[in-house]
Amino acid sequence: MKKKVIQTAIRQSLPITCSYLFVSMAYGIVMEEAGFAWFWSLFTSLTVYTGAFQFVLVTFLSSGASIVTVALTALFMNSRQVFYGLSFIEDFRNMGKKYPYMIHTMTDETYAVNCALTEKKELFESEEERRNVMFYVALFSRISWMFGAVLGGVLGQVLPMELEGIDFCMTALFVVIFIDQWKAAKHHVPALLGLGAGILCLLIFGAGNFILPALILVSGSLLLLEKKIQKEETDCE
Amino acid sequence: MSNEKILLYICVGAVCTIFLRALPFTLLGKKEIPDKIQYLGKILPPAIMAVLIVYCLKDVPVSFLESGVQKLIAVGVVAGTYLWKKNTFFSIILGTACYMILLHII
Repeated sequence: MKKKVIQTAIRQSLPITCSYLFVSMAYGIVMEEAGFAWFWSLFTSLTVYTGAFQFVLVTFLSSGASIVTVALTALFMNSRQVFYGLSFIEDFRNMGKKYPYMIHTMTDETYAVNCALTEKKELFESEEERRNVMFYVALFSRISWMFGAVLGGVLGQVLPMELEGIDFCMTALFVVIFIDQWKAAKHHVPALLGLGAGILCLLIFGAGNFILPALILVSGSLLLLEKKIQKEETDCE
Repeated sequence: MSNEKILLYICVGAVCTIFLRALPFTLLGKKEIPDKIQYLGKILPPAIMAVLIVYCLKDVPVSFLESGVQKLIAVGVVAGTYLWKKNTFFSIILGTACYMILLHII
């Protein structure tokens, strides 16, 4: 039972662990070059554990920006994470001692894999088994993130150039999960709204800060369409 | 910068991030999940995934020749092979390999 859970978790988290290793190595190198030893990279990866903001934090640490700037940027850049919890309130509540760990380790990528696991009911004998796999996916992802940060810091400048582009596996994973969701969905309004809102907000707000407005726009529209969507769902059944 | 100050900065970043991740859970406490939240939780995943894909491709228009075309081709490879073979790993590995090779040759 436990062996199967761990094997499934390794398989399902492989796209995350590979790309995390690479991206966090880059992070460790950036930190090292800015004059912060590997243990600072490790500590940040352990406590903050988020991609883009960790990179921005390096510039704050080197430039000595005000603490208010640090807090506001963290809140702003990571605000999208508020939306991820919404789909897993029930699941995490049922995970006992792992509850706070699951909340802390929810990233874009583990969110995506958790969504995928929820679609693949046939993989698991029970809800409990699925939740255990979710836990190990979170654990392995975080370990690879921290390991990469240390490795980058220790190895310093020698980022293997022939691995450039390997972080694309994250994009590929998102595309695969999106296709699965598309096939499983009764209607495609949410997916299309997401694409539309994403592109619209990208054009209006620019690449740096469009995710939050896009998520607010899409959630707002879905709430407005609630009656219509739920009526269509009951009609389908 | 002193070690204490570095520590403080990192901790502030961590606390803010954890605060956001925990927000839906802390707001609800142990209460019943309201219908509106349940509905959103159920219906949002494909929408969020779509936004994340847009996020991954956000640089395509800006650096179209450097990495944009390559990304679009690779996304096509992933989607095409996944619809055809329905094998997650096959598509991810093939798509990523395509992207890495295209980066070198274009």
